[in-house]
Amino acid sequence: MIDFGFGISPSSGINLNNSDKDTFSKLAKMEPNVLKCMACGSCTATCTAGDFKTTSLRTAILNLQNGLKDEALEILSGCMLCGKCTMVCPRGINTRHLILSINKIYGK
Amino acid sequence: MKNNILVIGGGAAGLEAAANLERLGYNIILIERDKQLGGHLAKWDRLFPDGLPAQEVLDSLLDNISNVKCFTETDIQAINILDKSFNAILSNGITVLADAVLMASGFDIFPAAKKEEYGYGIYENVITNQDLEQMFKQQQSISPIPRAIGFVHCVGSRDEKAGNPACSKVCCATAVKQACEVKELYPDADVYCFYMDLRMFGRRYEDLYLKAQKSGVRFIRGRVSEVAQTADNRLLVKAEDTLSSKPVRVNLDMLVLMAGMRPSEAGHKVGIQLNLTTEDDGFFSAKDGMLSLQKSKLPGLFYAGACTGAKTLPDTLHEARSAAMEIDRYIKENFIKK
Ligand code: SF4
Ligand code: SF4
Repeated sequence: MIDFGFGISPSSGINLNNSDKDTFSKLAKMEPNVLKCMACGSCTATCTAGDFKTTSLRTAILNLQNGLKDEALEILSGCMLCGKCTMVCPRGINTRHLILSINKIYGK
Repeated sequence: MKNNILVIGGGAAGLEAAANLERLGYNIILIERDKQLGGHLAKWDRLFPDGLPAQEVLDSLLDNISNVKCFTETDIQAINILDKSFNAILSNGITVLADAVLMASGFDIFPAAKKEEYGYGIYENVITNQDLEQMFKQQQSISPIPRAIGFVHCVGSRDEKAGNPACSKVCCATAVKQACEVKELYPDADVYCFYMDLRMFGRRYEDLYLKAQKSGVRFIRGRVSEVAQTADNRLLVKAEDTLSSKPVRVNLDMLVLMAGMRPSEAGHKVGIQLNLTTEDDGFFSAKDGMLSLQKSKLPGLFYAGACTGAKTLPDTLHEARSAAMEIDRYIKENFIKK
């Protein structure tokens, strides 16, 4: 291939037309409460792992809605399943269980 | 002799005030510019938060005004003050001498075509909240069956460039209500709401939000920046998903613009003749913003409803009732000899 001296970097934008909505529906069937998240950020704020490695359930849910599975798994990879976020979620989501389900459905 | 009271505007505020003033024993003359009474209520299908049919509410309001003299398709041609009373010449040639006037001129819907970047009036699948209500009312379905529909909050509201920095209050709940309705009609369609903040302040509004979430409506926090047409006649919508700081694009079959509330132009024309003052937002200014919301600075002239700023329907009805009380007090103090 000819080297033109520049590369093409993939778009950093989100294209909802080709995002994976089917797997998210599967998750929503198993964990209907995931739909109730209102992105308040309490879970992220209280996360014990987050002090050491960026960990955010809020962002993970958003990433999954946007079809960004790898990013979602990465941002949950520090989770130690302590369950502290479950205590603070104002929507009453069993966040710990949700994280387990995300890993079950999306995990490798 | 009964005192005459002129009510300007036959929408929810005017009707409810007229009914209450009639009960208090006054002679009401109500004028309405449109062919029919009811204002925006007559154009709406269902009301948030519970989905009550707008027609039902309107019918109840109309039931109570049987003795009110209503002139539809009528404007104020000229109005001035004579002694303590108001002298109004109507476009139908009738002259009314009234001891008090209630401005219930309401609001106009923001002309969505002004936000050119959204393509209203350019692409036929870009419609407004009001257009969608009309479609619901006429049971007109969207064809072909939509795969994806979006709602844009704050169109012509919270937008200094569009001439309106204020929030229109009702459109968040309207968008969420309409999103639920669309989702019920087309369960397989992806439904998106593009919002900046969700202002679900009223009783049971938050439940409506939760209902929308549970039915799978996707809320994207970010203002739509532009809309373009695709080769297959769909719409390409661009926004930022500000929660993840990433630009987002999606193709939709229909986009519904939540056009906000602007002061009624017809009401403004009457206001000019009486030297009524307005605030920066263009709506009439009340005598004071806390204790005399229904009074104007002009003795004998009162306000009810959205002519003093965006309001929900229940708030408008409350104001109509309290304006009736204020007018009653004013007439008793100024015209009825003890
Ligand atoms: S605490 Fe609950 S509602 Fe808030 S962001 Fe986390 S999961 Fe969502
Ligand atoms: S009610 Fe919601 S959509 Fe309407 S102007 Fe206010 S924030 Fe925007």
